Amino acid sequence: MSIIIDKHTKVITQGITGKTGGFHTRMCRDYANGRDCFVAGVNPKKAGENFEGIPIFGTVAEAKARTGANVSVVYVPPPFAAAAIDEAVDAELDVVICITEGVPVRDMIRTREKMCGKKTILIGPNCPGVITPDEIKIGIMPGHIHKKGRIGVVSRSGTLTYEAVGQLMEYGLGQSTCVGIGGDPVNGLKHIDVMKMFNDDPDTDAVIMVGEIGGDAEETCARWVKDNMKKPVVGFIAGVTAPPGKRMGHAGAIISGGKGTAHEKLAVMEQCGIKVTRNPADMGRLLKSVL
Amino acid sequence: MNVHEYQGKQLLRQYGVATPRGVPCFTVAEAEEAARTLGGKVWVVKAQIHAGGRGKGGGVKVAKSIADVREYASAILGMQLITHQTGPEGRIVKRLLIEEGADIRKELYVGMVVDRVSQRVTLMASSEGGMEIEHVAETTPEKIHKVAIDPTTGLTDAQADDVARKIGVPEASVAEARTFMQALYRAFDECDASLAEINPLVLTGDGRVLALDAKLNFDSNALYRHPEILAMRDLDEEDPAEIEASKFDLSYISLDGNIGCLVNGAGLAMATMDTIKLYGAEPANFLDVGGGATTEKVTEAFKIMLRNPKVKGILVNIFGGIMRCDTIAEGVIAAAREVNLDVPLVVRMKGTNEDIGKKILKDSGLPIISANGMADAAQKIVAAVGKTTEPAL
Repeated sequence: MSIIIDKHTKVITQGITGKTGGFHTRMCRDYANGRDCFVAGVNPKKAGENFEGIPIFGTVAEAKARTGANVSVVYVPPPFAAAAIDEAVDAELDVVICITEGVPVRDMIRTREKMCGKKTILIGPNCPGVITPDEIKIGIMPGHIHKKGRIGVVSRSGTLTYEAVGQLMEYGLGQSTCVGIGGDPVNGLKHIDVMKMFNDDPDTDAVIMVGEIGGDAEETCARWVKDNMKKPVVGFIAGVTAPPGKRMGHAGAIISGGKGTAHEKLAVMEQCGIKVTRNPADMGRLLKSVL
Repeated sequence: MNVHEYQGKQLLRQYGVATPRGVPCFTVAEAEEAARTLGGKVWVVKAQIHAGGRGKGGGVKVAKSIADVREYASAILGMQLITHQTGPEGRIVKRLLIEEGADIRKELYVGMVVDRVSQRVTLMASSEGGMEIEHVAETTPEKIHKVAIDPTTGLTDAQADDVARKIGVPEASVAEARTFMQALYRAFDECDASLAEINPLVLTGDGRVLALDAKLNFDSNALYRHPEILAMRDLDEEDPAEIEASKFDLSYISLDGNIGCLVNGAGLAMATMDTIKLYGAEPANFLDVGGGATTEKVTEAFKIMLRNPKVKGILVNIFGGIMRCDTIAEGVIAAAREVNLDVPLVVRMKGTNEDIGKKILKDSGLPIISANGMADAAQKIVAAVGKTTEPAL
């Protein structure tokens, strides 16, 4: 098993005809069972055409009806990304994964509001996506650095997630599923939501959570772990050296009003029984040590 | 993006937020003229820089005559204003706001931010105006009142009235405070603000509610739909290196250390900085070259880092992933040649064609130090440059 996606998932690419969407759809299709998984694209102006054999539909609802797809991935440009998510939510897909970086926060506030009471799970925006190694990858992460295994990975950042996976692989540790939740202040799944899924997944033995400065999502997750988690969790927070008041790349990575520092997050995580490291080169070894 | 107080107030007035009347000025003569035009007997001469704490730093003065206005304007224009937010180097004051004086009865606080927990815009208000809200939050958290605003309804009358009463607005002024807060929310929402702080919000002797100060930040991802706000950008208030970097789509932030870092991805860039610190040195910058680290981008990144005279060595940390390491290696070599690199360079690459990439670096004849893993890379660059702090490891 795995969480969120597996080899039976059927995926719609929203923004398949764009440069990024096209490139990554090709990479995803060529990964593991991708050829069976990537079944549709959406572009209202190119309905009836196809992208290298993948049929393009005018709307998400039509793509779902015609292919049975239950998940979509969004690569559409920032001004239109929130509307693309709304469309996937209205079509009642199970999951929508938004890769697009730079979506205005105001748009996301409205999209989150519209999602209340709906069944769709949102991951992102501004995230690398989700991979269940050797089954399916949906997103922009390099597939070849992963392999199937029993470690869950949840992270706010992209390349730092790959770094964590790379270190796990040095210890021969494969992954059940890796989830990049993204670094934006208003977004879909948080660390805690993914942690709950890993806790319930019989094929995940331990979890590595990677966070960064800003907000308090890591602390909230840590408190939940303390009371509920049945599996070992290790963690790292990037940004010990980040100065307050400066946005470090991600829209959400900012220490404001003295809150959201890496020290504070690491301290809470430790108090909650999560083994943490202050050395990002040490994530793999630390995870190995708790098995 | 930040704007000046006077620009923020101009925007807020368009939405019906009450502020004192004021005129932005760039010279002493303009300041005098502005005071005459405004009329009255009391004016406030306010330095316009993108930092708080201006009053304590001597950048805000109350003038009781035109001669006072002239004197204060001459003193403040061109001064090096140092506040707790500017750093020790301070900022040169190039703009003033001349405002009519207000008859202040009471100082309050009203702010709005995007709250991650509720995933909504949250109104924060307090009876403790004029103080730093972080300080109030720490010492007397019960004096801060918060309301999450439903984007479909906006700030409701009931919510606004409740908050107004809780922060001590007298009954006669509650309606005006409601109008003020609702207008502030409309401005926040329609302008894609990420933060608005009215500190202080004042009650005047005649019962009016006025924004005496205004601090606004905007979501840079939404500026494409607000050309009028983008036009308010003041490049004098920004770090020249950060401006230069943004032209090449590089995310760069100057720091105080002596090791330049060039990394792909914001999280990995922060982690790389942290590793340098762990091994006993300080990063000179945060630099995320993003997903497509082309030769041109890497070259520009090197140039920007090396313009900082404090940089004594460079650490490149690229997790190639989909990008090939041989391409990255060629980019790094081309960049090192073009800038005639004369400080130690440690390169850590991981991903596709890692071995070919390392061979390219080795065969280049350049004194590039190759590293395996982040810890090795940090140790090597710190060894080459020398420790500046006590290592934690």
